[in-house]
Amino acid sequence: MPQSVRPSSSRAARRTGNIALQVGLVVIVGGTAYAAIHNAAQNLAHSHITSGFGFWNNTAGFDISQTLFAYSASTSTFGRAFWVGLLNTLLVASLGIVFATVLGFAIGIARLSRNWLVAHLAGGYVELIRNVPLLLQLLFWYNSVLRALPLVRGSVSLPGGGLLNNRGLFLPRPEIAAGFGYVLIAFVFGIAASAGLHLWRRRRQDRTGEPMRIVWPALGLIVAMPAVLFVIAGLPLSFSLPTMGRFNVTGGVEILPEFAALLVALSVYTAAFIAEVVRAGVAAVPYGQTEAAQALGLRSGTTLRFVVIPQAMRVIIPPLTSQYLNLIKNSSLAVAIGYPDLFQVFAGSVLNLTGQAVEVVAITMAVYLFISLVTSLVMNLYGYALAVEER
Amino acid sequence: MAIPAEQTYLRTVPAERLPPPAERAGALGWLRKNLFSSPGNIALTFVCVVFLAWTVPPVLRFFIFNAVWSGTDREACLASPANRDPGACWAFVRVWFSYFVYGFYPIVERWRVDVFFLTLAFGIGWLAWLSAPRRDLGAVYFFVVLPVLSYMLLSGAPRLGLIDIPTALWGGILVTIVVATVGIAVSLPLGILLALARRSDMPAVRVFAVTFIEFVRGVPLITVLFMASVMLPLFVPERLSPDKLLRALIGVALFASAYMAEVVRGGLAAVPRGQYEAAQSLGLPYWRMMAFVILPQALRVTLPNIVNTFIGLFKDTTLVFIVGIFDFLGTIEAARADPRWATPITSVTGYAFATLFYFICCYGMSRYARNVEIRLARAHRR
Repeated sequence: MPQSVRPSSSRAARRTGNIALQVGLVVIVGGTAYAAIHNAAQNLAHSHITSGFGFWNNTAGFDISQTLFAYSASTSTFGRAFWVGLLNTLLVASLGIVFATVLGFAIGIARLSRNWLVAHLAGGYVELIRNVPLLLQLLFWYNSVLRALPLVRGSVSLPGGGLLNNRGLFLPRPEIAAGFGYVLIAFVFGIAASAGLHLWRRRRQDRTGEPMRIVWPALGLIVAMPAVLFVIAGLPLSFSLPTMGRFNVTGGVEILPEFAALLVALSVYTAAFIAEVVRAGVAAVPYGQTEAAQALGLRSGTTLRFVVIPQAMRVIIPPLTSQYLNLIKNSSLAVAIGYPDLFQVFAGSVLNLTGQAVEVVAITMAVYLFISLVTSLVMNLYGYALAVEER
Repeated sequence: MAIPAEQTYLRTVPAERLPPPAERAGALGWLRKNLFSSPGNIALTFVCVVFLAWTVPPVLRFFIFNAVWSGTDREACLASPANRDPGACWAFVRVWFSYFVYGFYPIVERWRVDVFFLTLAFGIGWLAWLSAPRRDLGAVYFFVVLPVLSYMLLSGAPRLGLIDIPTALWGGILVTIVVATVGIAVSLPLGILLALARRSDMPAVRVFAVTFIEFVRGVPLITVLFMASVMLPLFVPERLSPDKLLRALIGVALFASAYMAEVVRGGLAAVPRGQYEAAQSLGLPYWRMMAFVILPQALRVTLPNIVNTFIGLFKDTTLVFIVGIFDFLGTIEAARADPRWATPITSVTGYAFATLFYFICCYGMSRYARNVEIRLARAHRR
């Protein structure tokens, strides 16, 4: 028996239905929210937990193992602890983005290599890393690699005066003397002048069609000029080497094993995904483009630089952005190994001390949301800048 | 003009076939083309071979040749005159194996877990095999029958003679599978609803869907899990406070739904407009149009992405360990801290075993997604 099709209701009737549905949704969401808040207030009153953001200015009373600015358990506030944690998150995330990008592009290009062995080694890396949970990799790097390093007394000496042991990595600390400022100024000036030179070169090429190489003048401006100044100023930079004590290392810059493990795990993991993004992006450029470039007589390096990569970048930017966002969000796994990032400091220590779950979790989520929004905004602007060059 | 006979040349037999150029033929040709085509390539090959020669033998030695396969405690895995350089301590994994699979699930009741694994495998097979008979019934089985059956099996149904097992005793691979399965079984329908809501022309519905999706996607899973495990008990009356595993399940399911919604939305966008118009011109109401015309096509196109999302979800289940639930990774962490097995290599062995498990599951799923993709591309071309 053929099923009868109900004639569609008149537009007016459908409209009332839609409005009823929306009102229903609003009532349900609002009602749930109201009930939740009501219950929360009651439950909090029962367990004598104050609410509100008053705790922000209370003394924190707990220590943080890595602080980028002055912080002490006895005098600093929860608010200051928040900023310490946020800065630690930003530090590990930004370094992770840099390393993951470099490694990911290298591996993505290796996957496209015409050398069978290189392509398959890179493919093996990608498959292995992508199919194993990040948390497992993080625990592996922390517990099996970094915690298994020798004790302080048996530290591994690195070339250049660094020390490596299970307390972390200790690098020489640069000590700046008077006169180093001139070198820095020269360096910045060199970069600015090279950028100017590049713009001038491009405009000249657009006008006359004559190519011009500016690698050597740029190197001279950025490297040689500050180097000469550095010598003239009397080498105003020295390094204080870390020295081994019985149980601890003094001097030098200390890099916590927690930080190192998180940075390595995030970079290695995200690099595998970025490699896939890069591979897919390059594969999305039609082969005819490469052939056309070859027909024009461009060499393979030039083809890559001026034909393939500019077109691939437009495909790469959006998924690359989401990988960066993932890396930032994944940095919150720090809590599993005790690196004092925003999540560990705030949703860990502060939450335990104050018991104000609602406020603390809300602040933490808002901050991650904010970082995500800013990152995608910046990457969208970059993608927009690339797209403008299109016809 | 006649040509003198001695100057004519007429071939009467075909020319002898020439061998293919040396650089294209045979194993040698393959090697030359793929490994030694240029000096740069030769250098790369050399670097790779050195790298492999430097890494592969120690790895094989550690995991296979020098590995300790049997033993009852740490003594077996410590360096001894018999085994100076012991490799992976597989004996540790063997002793703890049932803990890794079942957690503290009572031993006499473990058959229930096994039955659960079997019924689940049956359901997954039914849905994953694209030309299986009655896949619509398979969906009903997976999304309706299986959850009820599993709940009664695992948690207990005193009326059927299955005693209650509190979730605190669950652990290991069981919990990992439960979290992942609940995640997919809830997130797929919820994700479809959210995706439809996001494309809806009703402003309140759309705003709600967009806010939910973008909010969840903007924060780390661990904060959602924390919200579920710390804040959820505050939001409900005290006597209704849900159990710990359930709270984590809610967190994971909500999180996965937001990601699934975006995947489904991509599939919906891939369905040509003409399909909507055709369905509307037939007079199909909204839900029937979606159920019989649009969604079947959208879900089919996006099946590889759904599987990829599921791979992500499967890996993310490890995070429940941070909120104090003993999933597979949690049991590994607990077991490796056992002083009876305290050796320098216990942790590495535990992690290697976990890596193997996750790799097999995730790689298998990604191969499946790849195959579906190829199959779809073929169907599309036809």
